[in-house]
Amino acid sequence: MRRLPIIAVAAVLVVDAVLSSSLAAGPDLGAVQKQPLNWAAIVMFLLFVLGTLGITYRAATQTKTAADFYAAGGGITGMQNGLAIAGDYMSAASFLGISGLVFASGFDGLIYSIGFLVGWPIVLFLIAERLRNLGKFTFSDVASFRLDQTQIRILSAVGTLVVVAFYLIAQMVGAGKLIELLFGLDYLYAVVIVGVLMIVYVVFGGMKATTWVQIIKACLLLAGATLIALMVLWRYGFSPEAMFADAVAIHPRGDAIMAPGALVADPISAISLGLALMFGTAGLPHILMRFFTVSDARAARKSVFYATGLIAYFYVLTFIIGFGAITFLMNDPSYFKVGPNGVYDKVKDLIGGTNMAAVHLSAATGGSLFLGFISAVSFATILAVVAGLTLAGASAVSHDLYAEIIARGRVSEQKEVRISKISAIAIGIVAIILGYIFENQNVAFMVGLAFAVAASCNFPVLLMSILWKGTTTRGALAGGLLGLVSAVVMVVLSKAVWVQTFGFPKEIFPYDNPAIFSMPIAFLGIWAFSKLDASERAKAEIEAFDAQYVRSETGIGATAAHVH
Amino acid sequence: MASRDYDRVIQSPRFQELVRQRTKFAWTLTIVMLVIYFGFILLVAFAKPLLAMKVGDGVTSLGILLGLGVIIAAFVLTGIYVYRANSEFDELTRNLTREFM
Repeated sequence: MRRLPIIAVAAVLVVDAVLSSSLAAGPDLGAVQKQPLNWAAIVMFLLFVLGTLGITYRAATQTKTAADFYAAGGGITGMQNGLAIAGDYMSAASFLGISGLVFASGFDGLIYSIGFLVGWPIVLFLIAERLRNLGKFTFSDVASFRLDQTQIRILSAVGTLVVVAFYLIAQMVGAGKLIELLFGLDYLYAVVIVGVLMIVYVVFGGMKATTWVQIIKACLLLAGATLIALMVLWRYGFSPEAMFADAVAIHPRGDAIMAPGALVADPISAISLGLALMFGTAGLPHILMRFFTVSDARAARKSVFYATGLIAYFYVLTFIIGFGAITFLMNDPSYFKVGPNGVYDKVKDLIGGTNMAAVHLSAATGGSLFLGFISAVSFATILAVVAGLTLAGASAVSHDLYAEIIARGRVSEQKEVRISKISAIAIGIVAIILGYIFENQNVAFMVGLAFAVAASCNFPVLLMSILWKGTTTRGALAGGLLGLVSAVVMVVLSKAVWVQTFGFPKEIFPYDNPAIFSMPIAFLGIWAFSKLDASERAKAEIEAFDAQYVRSETGIGATAAHVH
Repeated sequence: MASRDYDRVIQSPRFQELVRQRTKFAWTLTIVMLVIYFGFILLVAFAKPLLAMKVGDGVTSLGILLGLGVIIAAFVLTGIYVYRANSEFDELTRNLTREFM
């Protein structure tokens, strides 16, 4: 703490020397052009990296067993886990993307925020406690509790890796672009830095370091977003009505920004998107894994409560930030690419695109130093999310595919953890390569696809194996695969991929999101194939439900993640 | 625990009471959340003019208030669940664990 003033002074000096000139040059910068080096942001980001590497070093000395590596020894408290879940979930896409969406079209941004939030109560009511009671390290532990270890673990590991892959590519490409804009670093450097740091966190610090990276990032992001929102509201005497009135007067779409617009075109797409966002949350492997880091069901429950509150608060902030960006930025040409005759589009010509609304707003409200802080926080946000994803992917490979299937449980903890670390390195390298390959591709659909697969494969398999006695291996396998394949195929045939990526003239699947079809396919598949399964194994699996039921409902016999 | 012990737990009135009450409560809250959220989505899809309606004399629309209402409802529902689970359900679970472990 005592070092902070010196750092702040140093940062101010650096900012004065370099950033003032770069900001003055603002209007000349286009979306495709990277900005000059932003030293304030780089200095603050380096502080974040140094701090988190210090934590990783400490975590590394305390990470000895598999339980330490995968689940932080079960020693995370409910409050800490709530912050970490919020950290895992509040990605740069939701901070910059949703505030940008509000900036561009007002009310429509709120529809997305709400969709991302409402999955959490469902996670709490139906999944969180049972997951903690039944599982050890990954959600496959739970799905395969009384079913065939090999088949169900392969299914859930594939579900995990598909979700992680798409989510990770989207994050890497987003990170590269964002860092190019915020810091003035080359795209390739940016992707390599993100990849290397996430490997270091996961390989050396395991779940403990990853958790603390999430917690620090969540606190920084919430603090930064709170400050921007307060400064916006301050201008309007803390009256949202005054802010809205000003925004309506300034925004080119006028009063239309206060009501639903073009984002939700047809009801089927609206409901389908809603389903994917709501139930996808309950099937994200890196989020589900967080429930094994706490000591018991009670702590798991508390962590969802805190996480829901923090995420809800965060989305209210992004809404205020989006409206603040309208009122602070739109009448100031210095934030726009101004045409030769001094004319600019108040939405499309924002420097760096609408996703930069929150970043520009930080400069408008708090000056260049605050701009540096928000830029650094955005980078930290990406880093934390990709670290969580990498750990979830590595755990699926080492714990589900290697330890339980290839080695049939005959593997030492040390070896399993070593395989996990090797997997994390491999995932990191693949993510860097894919991030580089996909630089100029449309990756926006990938987050939607990740949520659709999570909602159509992971979530139905998990929920049915926990709650429905009649679920058998054959049913879970068939239903899960049907959900997975149908979700992926429908996304490939939809406009985002079929037309915008492959260049075909007309899409075959008419809706943007497959969940409204792929989720029922998965649930019906699990039900029908379980009913049709009259094998001896199916009978044994149905009989084994009672033991699972007692443990999932009461925690009697649950694995204590903390190993002394 | 052997499978006979699990049978004993399942047969016990305490277990049945706990599971019955919690299941009912959790599914009720789940349905409330689903109705609130998909009600909102259906309004967005089918009743845009209603959501565009002004509240009072200002520019603030009904849609924005309802949207904030959904966000608050999500948090309040988790709070309601946690409050009852922390007191009542945990008490029942503790008694049950004491009886069988």
